[in-house]
Amino acid sequence: MRRRPLRHTTFTLGAAITLALIAVAGLSLVYTPADPLAMSITGRLQGPSPGHPFGTDQFGRDVLSRVMVGAVTSIAVGVIAVGIGAGAGMMLGLVSGYVGGWPDETLMRMVDAVQGFPAILSALLFTAVFTPGTVVSMVAIGIAFVPAFARVTRGAVLELRDREFVVAARALGARDRRLVLRHILPNTLAPLIVQATTSFPVAILSEAALAYLGLGTQPPHPSWGLMLKEAQNFLGMNPWFAVFPGAAIALSVLGLNLLGDGLRDLLDPRTALG
Amino acid sequence: MGTEGSREAADRLREAMGLNRPLAVQYVDWVSGALRGDLGRSLQYDLPVAELIVSRLSVTVPLALMAAAFMVAAAIPLGLYAATHHRRAGDYVTMIISQFGISIPQFWAGLLLILLFSVTLGWLQSGGFEGWSGGVAAALRSLLMPAVALGLFQAAVLVRATRSAVLDVLREDYVRTARAKGLSERRVVGRHTLRNALIPIVTVGGVQLGQLLAGAIVLESVFALPGLGRLALAAISARDLPVVQGVGLFIASTIVVINFAVDLAYGVLDPRIRYE
Repeated sequence: MRRRPLRHTTFTLGAAITLALIAVAGLSLVYTPADPLAMSITGRLQGPSPGHPFGTDQFGRDVLSRVMVGAVTSIAVGVIAVGIGAGAGMMLGLVSGYVGGWPDETLMRMVDAVQGFPAILSALLFTAVFTPGTVVSMVAIGIAFVPAFARVTRGAVLELRDREFVVAARALGARDRRLVLRHILPNTLAPLIVQATTSFPVAILSEAALAYLGLGTQPPHPSWGLMLKEAQNFLGMNPWFAVFPGAAIALSVLGLNLLGDGLRDLLDPRTALG
Repeated sequence: MGTEGSREAADRLREAMGLNRPLAVQYVDWVSGALRGDLGRSLQYDLPVAELIVSRLSVTVPLALMAAAFMVAAAIPLGLYAATHHRRAGDYVTMIISQFGISIPQFWAGLLLILLFSVTLGWLQSGGFEGWSGGVAAALRSLLMPAVALGLFQAAVLVRATRSAVLDVLREDYVRTARAKGLSERRVVGRHTLRNALIPIVTVGGVQLGQLLAGAIVLESVFALPGLGRLALAAISARDLPVVQGVGLFIASTIVVINFAVDLAYGVLDPRIRYE
């Protein structure tokens, strides 16, 4: 029996928070309450007020506007990092699972070697070689995701490649390329969507951590992690400055985690948390 | 050399450091040195990298161990409680707490703890570490907040894994039999359920231990702790690549050792598992 997504509380709540995040990011492209880069010497480190609902930072910049623009950075890093991980991982997984034999063994041993290596650590090593910035963060985090996507795709391909509909298509003369792209790949999408949704919050957390360490998005561009780094020096003077960017990260990650859990329950009830 | 260095001087330095050799040769050199415990010399400190790493372990290892202790002490009882109160208020509250724990970035948790316990209440110092010579209690106090912030995320993940593993075992026939024999719920859970649920719990716990080491890099920065993470960050800023490589290799090797220990633990937890 098909389960109705909107009756699934976890999925609905996660989808609502995620849509709100996307809406805020979209809105910030056309409107912010104030210029996120405009400084004001007289209005530094203010607490929340009607003029600045989230207060101001050490340069008098409006924190609400910066949090809104920071959402764009987080979503962009998430989309591109997951895109890189999913694209490369899917290709490796397809080849590995479909071809089998020594290419499978070799690829999977390589995947084993890097899987379990923390994303933030591989991103750090990456930034040691290249100049830190948003693009380097995206690529570094994306590369860390490749093994997980490769494993999920390979598992799905192994399960599918000897199923009746694939054997039938092969018997009808379908070539490998067609078998993989038309018959196998579409059926691997459900676990890959779940993997993508669960990787997205990891990308947001990793980008924020890199920016906090000064190795991700560079000032003056707004990034939630970078804002928290700046806020740490002024905790005694304006604690709110540290609260709102952190809450934005936590809420976004919460929404995406709930969405991932909900999708997993709906698409693959066998792995539901119970 | 600075920005004014001549081309000839740069070439001399490159030759002296062996950077003019092919990359493959340099890599083989580094690997063969690493196998002998020689990770090269730091460009920034002019000290052996291995010596620098060892000098920082007195901060990072206790920090990771305290975080691991917090993770286990918080996660196992909460996960057990949630599983034994499945679909009741306690289960939902535990799952909501763990969901928040997974969503809060460790460094923000660290900042919130500083805000509460240092800025507002003044109970603990906001950062720094004066070493073990000033007394064990003082050193542990310095590591307390970072350890909690570090272990929070991992504990939240382990709560969910524990709950899920215990729920699976609670559905087994032998648990029903144990209950039918009239054993107390405490004995059913303690003797028959938890022991059989330990393999997935130890697996996730092992992965989380590896993640703790990586998380320590960020948390050491939040609390200004002179550990391995700060060493790596300073090395990245100064482009001190031998140190970056050395720290990366050390953490990767530690993760491999943890995974190996987890594999060995399977055999202890379940005598049916034997390695040839």
